Amino acid sequence: MSETPQTLTPRLELLGITKAYPGVVANNNVSLKVMPGEIHALLGENGAGKSTLVKFIYGVQKADSGSMLWEGEEVRLANPNAARKLGVGMVFQHFSLFDAMTVEENISLGISPELTKGNLSVRIREISAQYGLPLDPDRYVHTLSVGERQRIEVVRCLLQDPTLLIMDEPTSVLTPQEVEELFKTLRRLSEEGVSILYISHRLEEIKTLCHTATIMRMGEVVAECTPENETARSMAEMMMGENLVSPERTDRQTDGSVRLEVKDLDAASTHQHGTDLRSVNLQVRAGEVLGVAGIAGNGQRELMEVLTGEVLVDRAESITIDGTPVGQLGPVQRRGIGVGVGLVPEERLGHGAVPDMSLWENGFLSAATRMELINNGFIQVGASSAFAEEVVEQFRVKTPGVTHPANSLSGGNLQKFIVGRELVQKPGVIVVLQPTWGVDAGSTASIRQALIDMATEGAAVLAISQDLEELFEISNRIAVICEGRMSDAQPAENVTVEEIGLLMAGVGPDGEKAHAD
Amino acid sequence: MLIRLEQRPEASNIMVYVSPLIAVVLTILTAMIMFGALGVDPAKAIETFFIEPVSTLDGVAELLVKATPLVLIGVGLSLGFQANVWNIGAEGQLVIGALAGGGLALAFYGQSSTLLVPAMLVCGVIGGMAWAAIPAWMKTRFNTNEILTSLMLTYVGLLVLSYLVHGPWKDPEGQNFPESRLFHDSALLPILIDETRLNVGWLLALFVVVLGWILMSRHIIGFQIKVIGMAPMAGAFAGFKENRLIWITLLISGGCAGLAGVIELSGAIGQIVPSISPGYGFTAIIVAFLGRLHPVGVLFAGLLMALTYLGGDSAQITMNLPNAVTGVFQGMLLFFLLASDVLIRYRVRFGPPRVKAEAAE
Repeated sequence: MSETPQTLTPRLELLGITKAYPGVVANNNVSLKVMPGEIHALLGENGAGKSTLVKFIYGVQKADSGSMLWEGEEVRLANPNAARKLGVGMVFQHFSLFDAMTVEENISLGISPELTKGNLSVRIREISAQYGLPLDPDRYVHTLSVGERQRIEVVRCLLQDPTLLIMDEPTSVLTPQEVEELFKTLRRLSEEGVSILYISHRLEEIKTLCHTATIMRMGEVVAECTPENETARSMAEMMMGENLVSPERTDRQTDGSVRLEVKDLDAASTHQHGTDLRSVNLQVRAGEVLGVAGIAGNGQRELMEVLTGEVLVDRAESITIDGTPVGQLGPVQRRGIGVGVGLVPEERLGHGAVPDMSLWENGFLSAATRMELINNGFIQVGASSAFAEEVVEQFRVKTPGVTHPANSLSGGNLQKFIVGRELVQKPGVIVVLQPTWGVDAGSTASIRQALIDMATEGAAVLAISQDLEELFEISNRIAVICEGRMSDAQPAENVTVEEIGLLMAGVGPDGEKAHAD
Repeated sequence: MLIRLEQRPEASNIMVYVSPLIAVVLTILTAMIMFGALGVDPAKAIETFFIEPVSTLDGVAELLVKATPLVLIGVGLSLGFQANVWNIGAEGQLVIGALAGGGLALAFYGQSSTLLVPAMLVCGVIGGMAWAAIPAWMKTRFNTNEILTSLMLTYVGLLVLSYLVHGPWKDPEGQNFPESRLFHDSALLPILIDETRLNVGWLLALFVVVLGWILMSRHIIGFQIKVIGMAPMAGAFAGFKENRLIWITLLISGGCAGLAGVIELSGAIGQIVPSISPGYGFTAIIVAFLGRLHPVGVLFAGLLMALTYLGGDSAQITMNLPNAVTGVFQGMLLFFLLASDVLIRYRVRFGPPRVKAEAAE
């Protein structure tokens, strides 16, 4: 880690930025200083105001008050074009690429016309060689991995010679190896004097990469620090403003009976551009958490759908719960198998919960049959409300009451309610997909603890997640899903992040691409 | 001065109920301007349109007679609309239901059984359901668009009616008029108030309102309808079957329309004529939305829309205004309602934006 480069004039300085949306102040008097060549982390929980601030810097949004200084001069950006002219480049979390076009065509679409003159492909090759971003201008985008696609976005930015590069959660779609490659590039840029504003909530990454960090909470800057001198835990506490309790679990391997088993399961995806499941095998025993790692879009959604019963499979016996074949049973019957099945889908609003419906109605949604909230087809409102109140109390969901709609809750609180709704039913088998996606750190900790506790009490928990940190924290065993195939599960203490990363990238233990499409 | 729409942080619950009232007021104001332009005294015209028709007992009874089919069909449609099942063909289902019930009346002509009227009502419901079952089957089987199929079947239904009254069911002693025989007394719905046309059909409509209310607020079917309509993925997650709800909502709305048809026939008209309904099946779409897709709201909206029919008649008779005034009223009402609904999620702000930073190139 190099010391922060110092010159007198900061490249970017924000003074007292305030931006309010109806009902919420997204940024309140935010000030920030980025020096030339500095890698500056912008750290905060979801909803802390990072995106709003960045949109202002990139000219997408205007602030209500406050000013922006560029190389010491006050500037007002009308639009992203003005920002780009100034030297601001941004790599968004979601790529804007056309699959059916080549790398070069995609790049030429996203930059100002004068840059496309002359031999673009030569310049792409130059830049990619210079910064260690291997990229073939003639390849079609649909043949590239996610990491390679991100390189296109980075190269597109670099072609415009930025002096400030903004990166929004760049590593959320990358394998650990790809992250390391990206960091090399970013350090290289920093050495050349390019400032980098790096947005993330992955604290370990920030510790290894960033020179300084600005921490935001609820729209305000609450701390500035040097990540090198902090621990991930201390930064997380600054982010949340409270002391963090990490989940506790026993590491012992369980020899409990198999409660959930998937055997030689093949299932075609029901989605466009989906991933088919190919001879998937897995066993989850009573008393354990089985973690399934994988990069987004490798069959997690499809696996979840066949497990919830939203998609039925051809052979009933390819999925068994407590010995009962359930592959042909719909969600209602499936939830009632054994001592019950708890299911938490990825999307909170619109899948796990109905946004405009009250909390008690959303509790009723999945608990109607098992908690006997229904009598001859009639909804038992009293019992349903009592059930929802129990969930709210046990899982400390912050809400004025169970008659309020689901979309009035923050993401973390709603997720606690949805997870709680399933766990209060005391199921024997629990399947969760991305249980803490977009959830604040405090709620994340309590959700993870709840899952571990359920396993300790004898339930079989299957956790599918893209968050490796999470999986290592809660799982007894870990498997990897890649292109619809599942690797053998390994005891969590016997595998390293690197090994999991290779499996996520589809590289087998022998170092070769395990399967080519 | 700038007028802007600003998104509300949360949808306004009050505006859900105030917006129909705003729509009614705007409709009346616009109508007054329209009357003024036509050279008629606006105040007088409004009085003729809205007050005069219900100033007598007979007028009130007529209002309820006209409201009966609108409320019945409106309740049925509102269930489907909440599940995003768009049955636009209630008019056709009304006609087929009326023919099923009316056919029974003709078949048992002259037999005085107390069972005849209930049997006719049941046939009406079945007829309407059968006609709605066609789009339901096509949608669940071939994924056809029920808006198109149900609408097109309306015209088929009207042609069936036309064929029957011009052919097989024509009154043999009717001097070749395209009408059936007058129903025998035993095929007529009991009248509630003497000297008026108000019949037990109105009570049936009120009963259906209560049933619809209970179904939507307390029954699992209503819950499923709402979930599928608001968040289909959450419905799938909970295990609700969308196809089953398509069938249920189309059968209920078709049954309600069929019931409305047979009530209109045996309660208000008393024979099968070439035009059974002045477009109740289509007007009921407006009724359903004006009533916020809520059975009780539909009840009030049905009464209001019935009044526009009566008002149109009375304006035609006493002020020589064209009958199209009714259609204009109904159209304006729906137009203003949809416009006012913006206020549920947005509020109007006067003055410049609060954002101070100016755009600078």
